[in-house]
Amino acid sequence: MTSKQTILQAIKKSLPPEVPLPDLQGLGVCYENPEAQFAEILKAVGGSFFRVKDIEALNRELKNLKFYQNARKIVSLLPGVGEPTVDLESVEDPHHLEDVEVAILKGEFAVAENGAVWVTDRGLRHRAIYFITQHLILVVEAHQLVHNMHQAYERLAFINPGYGAFISGPSKTADIEQALVIGAHGPRSCTVFLVG
Amino acid sequence: MDHSTRAAQFIRNEARVHWHDQALWYVRVKRDKMAQSVPEWENLREIAAQIKAHTMSRLPDYLEMFEENATRLGAKVHWAVDAREHNETVYQILKNHGVQRVVKSKSMLTEECHLNPFLEARGIEVVDTDLGERIVQLAQEPPSHIVLPAIHKKKEEIGELFHRYLHTEKGASDPTYLTESARGHLREKFLKADAGITGVNFAIAETGGLVICTNEGNADMGTSLPPLHIACMGFEKLIPRARDLGVFLRLLARSATGQPITTYSAHFHGPRPGGELHIVIVDNGRSQILQKPEFRRTLSCIRCGACMNTCPVYRRSGGHSYDSVVPGPIGSILSPAQDPQRYYSLPFASSLCGSCTDVCPVKIDLHHQLLAWRKELVLQGLIPFSKRLTMKVVGWVFQNTWAYEGTGRLVRWIVPKLPRSVLYNRWNVWGKQRELPPFPKESFREMYRKRKVQGSEARNRK
Ligand code: SF4
Repeated sequence: MTSKQTILQAIKKSLPPEVPLPDLQGLGVCYENPEAQFAEILKAVGGSFFRVKDIEALNRELKNLKFYQNARKIVSLLPGVGEPTVDLESVEDPHHLEDVEVAILKGEFAVAENGAVWVTDRGLRHRAIYFITQHLILVVEAHQLVHNMHQAYERLAFINPGYGAFISGPSKTADIEQALVIGAHGPRSCTVFLVG
Repeated sequence: MDHSTRAAQFIRNEARVHWHDQALWYVRVKRDKMAQSVPEWENLREIAAQIKAHTMSRLPDYLEMFEENATRLGAKVHWAVDAREHNETVYQILKNHGVQRVVKSKSMLTEECHLNPFLEARGIEVVDTDLGERIVQLAQEPPSHIVLPAIHKKKEEIGELFHRYLHTEKGASDPTYLTESARGHLREKFLKADAGITGVNFAIAETGGLVICTNEGNADMGTSLPPLHIACMGFEKLIPRARDLGVFLRLLARSATGQPITTYSAHFHGPRPGGELHIVIVDNGRSQILQKPEFRRTLSCIRCGACMNTCPVYRRSGGHSYDSVVPGPIGSILSPAQDPQRYYSLPFASSLCGSCTDVCPVKIDLHHQLLAWRKELVLQGLIPFSKRLTMKVVGWVFQNTWAYEGTGRLVRWIVPKLPRSVLYNRWNVWGKQRELPPFPKESFREMYRKRKVQGSEARNRK
């Protein structure tokens, strides 16, 4: 007997009585001003928030960011946003992204409830870029803001192989005496631009 | 050694106990704030409990569905009956790929299976990458908490450790400075690793995907650089549908650390292009628990740690006093299920105040189960002789009115006359941390009788 069969047989020996799968209809909180909610939560978890009209305004704000001013290795996957110096497509090995300072990437949508942005590796050569960059900038279209996590999952289908994540703020830890430290292994900052 | 003996070592340092207690209470308060900010919190808990109960009732179907879908996406699924098979499986995969160095993100399952020493004995370097886990790994200690592995350590002690291993400045204890050094050290390990091992928070039957939640991003870093990813999961991590995550991700981080969601909630569906994803599904005693109707609900646990943070006994006795991979209320139920001989004292490490049950996001009736375990352990004859004898005698006294009254009278008369050395000796375990209350002259029963007589006399006089 294979281990799989052994395990399944042991489980079948005395299964709990059938319980129906609950309905998730009607769950979730909606906000009067989801943008304000998103901004507030994102700030509370250590991120920065900008609301801009268009790409031009975005670029202007970008230039004001301290970490951006001094950065030399920049990745941008949004046409016309920032001044990229590293072409992600031409990097063979994700290990070579180690010294990227700023990565400007697209967020598919944002969640007001918890300040999270959904990102994927679709059309992205190295998903390591989300974590290995020193500073992460996510750009989301303003109409792509949902209220809560239930709405978020309504938008998601996982049919093909791929990677996706909710990212809410910069990498952080509180493992030393509960003192919150921003910038554990991953990005030291997470800036979200809501555009449109 | 039982729980109270190990706890006695921890509580010798009173200041430290207080500090530990406060640190965890702080997390509990953050959890409360978060829970209160969600108006439908109680409803969410109920739904989460139902989803888990439903999954358990159809577990074989869902496991097969998960395997089929995960395989379709390109992952390789392995099954392991016990810890040994789990470790062997992981080792074989690593060996086939010629792996020398592994980075691991937090996984209680690999802790439970003692994977690290197993791999190290075979010449593989394993680096725990969660900062708390890295700290206890350097200190050669097990984690003392499932979410906050190094909660028992002072920053000065961590400074010492880092000075020794990471060459930080001597005497430095600033958390920001120490974290920054760990960042440098661990980034180096990430870049040199040949494989990443992770645990699994949720496995989705409907899609064949895995979800892993961290605040540091270490699971993502460790799986996006090296081409090989091995994910180890207990079979109870399964949930039916992706949209059920809406419920669980709302509950998990709020209950664990009082955050609205973990910083990274990563969804892995199949390996990344050019890489490999192996999933090891483990039983290791879980099917035994599933067969016990009174205890099977513990398999719904999503390992948030809230029951530990709120437990007055855990907060004051420290995680190591449980001597088990999962400490606190939930560990005190899971551990005796695996090895009742060894963990017989854990169900007694509880005040049965019910606070754990109140905070549990999946509504496990923890304190009821702790009580049930106490009965079970008595039936199995695993309670020490002294405790059994006391219970027998006390039980007999309570059953016989005359014995109860007689004993009461005797005790009230004799105890106030006894010298302390007779009362508080090593046989009186109860009196170790407690003072006896002053003894009344007469019992309630006697007082009641007297009043009744006085009352009827007074009535008669009217
Ligand atoms: S038993 Fe409940 S409260 Fe305790 S860790 Fe598990 S899910 Fe959290």
